[in-house]
Amino acid sequence: MTNREKYNNAFIESFDVQENQLENLKYQDIPSWDSVGHMGLVSELEDAFDIQFETDDIVEFNSYEKGIELLKKYDVIID
Amino acid sequence: MWDLRSFEDNIVIMDEFNNHITYGELDSLGSELSSRIKKRCLTFILCTNTTGSLLGYISFISHGIVPVLVNAHLETGLLENLLKTYMPAFVWLPSGQKEYFSSMTELYHAYGYSLLQTDYDIEYPLHEDLCLLLTTSGSTGSPKFVRQSYENVLSNAKSIAKYLELSSDERAITTLPMNYTYGLSIVNSHLLVGATLLVTEKGLMQKEFWSFFRNSQATSFGGVPYTYEMLDKLKFYRMALPSLRYMTQAGGKLDPELHRRFAEYAAANEKKFIVMYGQCEATARMGYLPAEKTLEKCGSMGIAIPGGRFRLIDGDGKEISEAYVTGELVYEGPNVTMGYAEKPEDLALGDVRNGYLETGDMAKRDEEGYYYIVGRKKRFLKVYGNRVNLDELDGLLKAGFGNIECSCGGIDDHVYIFVAEGTKNDLQKKYRDDNVEVLLKKYVAEKTGLNAAAFQTVVIKEIPKNDAGKVQYRELEKYYGL
Repeated sequence: MTNREKYNNAFIESFDVQENQLENLKYQDIPSWDSVGHMGLVSELEDAFDIQFETDDIVEFNSYEKGIELLKKYDVIID
Repeated sequence: MWDLRSFEDNIVIMDEFNNHITYGELDSLGSELSSRIKKRCLTFILCTNTTGSLLGYISFISHGIVPVLVNAHLETGLLENLLKTYMPAFVWLPSGQKEYFSSMTELYHAYGYSLLQTDYDIEYPLHEDLCLLLTTSGSTGSPKFVRQSYENVLSNAKSIAKYLELSSDERAITTLPMNYTYGLSIVNSHLLVGATLLVTEKGLMQKEFWSFFRNSQATSFGGVPYTYEMLDKLKFYRMALPSLRYMTQAGGKLDPELHRRFAEYAAANEKKFIVMYGQCEATARMGYLPAEKTLEKCGSMGIAIPGGRFRLIDGDGKEISEAYVTGELVYEGPNVTMGYAEKPEDLALGDVRNGYLETGDMAKRDEEGYYYIVGRKKRFLKVYGNRVNLDELDGLLKAGFGNIECSCGGIDDHVYIFVAEGTKNDLQKKYRDDNVEVLLKKYVAEKTGLNAAAFQTVVIKEIPKNDAGKVQYRELEKYYGL
């Protein structure tokens, strides 16, 4: 699986969404991306990439695109 | 209820956009708002954690108008149903939502909220002691409300202010909805002492929440067990929050390990961590674990609040006097509410409980008199702090999908939707959907407004029943955690 696939899967698993909904998806755009869903997403990504998010990054992570940018800090490049 | 004028110059509400309003200003504005209503009647408030929402609440209570507090995000179908059932004279709601009620007339607006006059031409009599109506679950849209009296609200607020030692320099930040009994108790107790409420619709997982927390120097917040799980995930213990004085927890039993972690954090950082116990039926609060005992009595919910009393009752209704014997927890105090309302005619009813409440929680007491919740008598769970009645969930599913073979069960924060294999096949055909598991899960999540992550569909051969056709819930427990 590519990093992009892993990244997308984490969203699909956490929020029950389709791949074509992911672009420009923001926190609270859909009912399932609330604080509970966010915690699930963070855990999925931590498992998928074997990383541990810092507090600031968890709370700054507010869109599909922002997550890609934040993951660079953890040496995870989503092409 | 509150003596707003005596704190005239204190700031009562401050929001994340740096707007603030004093007790004096709030009092004047509240008089203006309620003067449009003119009479004692029923008014729905579609609640958010904003100045407008609180303005309505405080104004109505102060002027003898009886508010029904529901979440502004309640599913429209469920909301309509509640309005049709109770036929309130007015609705106070976010101005952005008023288009939906285009047949109603707008009489007033302030702070992003509008007062709409409904066209129901019937008014049900309201008992003179009735102060407000709150839902028990907050989410299933059940027309069952708890009737709270002025005495209930005031006595509970006083008791909370006393054991938390609240003073006018407190600045509590909102982390819970104000239509939720625990969130509302924070509002009520802070208004009593002239303190400040920091209101925000942002949550713990958003950086705006934490900027507001730091910039406005929040001194306290409250959380349900799930809040503390999120804080644990956020590595809360490493955050620098010098203004924070104390944290409270209620809305379900906190995992003892998390209790210990937050208690240790509090001890090491000169803060307080106060575990509490309550129910909407007791206005809000019944018990609390004093901060200085939080480590020693980890896992306990504490002792009765000032003015209240706990007892344990065995199966025959006899009081249990020995330590470590489990029984049903019974509470007595002036905050035990008047009773329920399930239809508008019930609003004329007086107090049916006489200060006595069987909590439905099973508990035991240690030899020093501290109480520990060990289970529940009735079929309900706490999901993210919300009470979820499993029979009501079964009802929702049966109503939504035709009388299907299903039964809900589970543990706090994890609900299992058990569905019989045959039912699954039928639904698959009927809805042309291969993923019936997700279909059911999403339906329940949508109806309850709770995140779908709390629900899991489990297909089993058949729903176990006894000869009388009664579902054998115990037998479903073997599927938990699979």
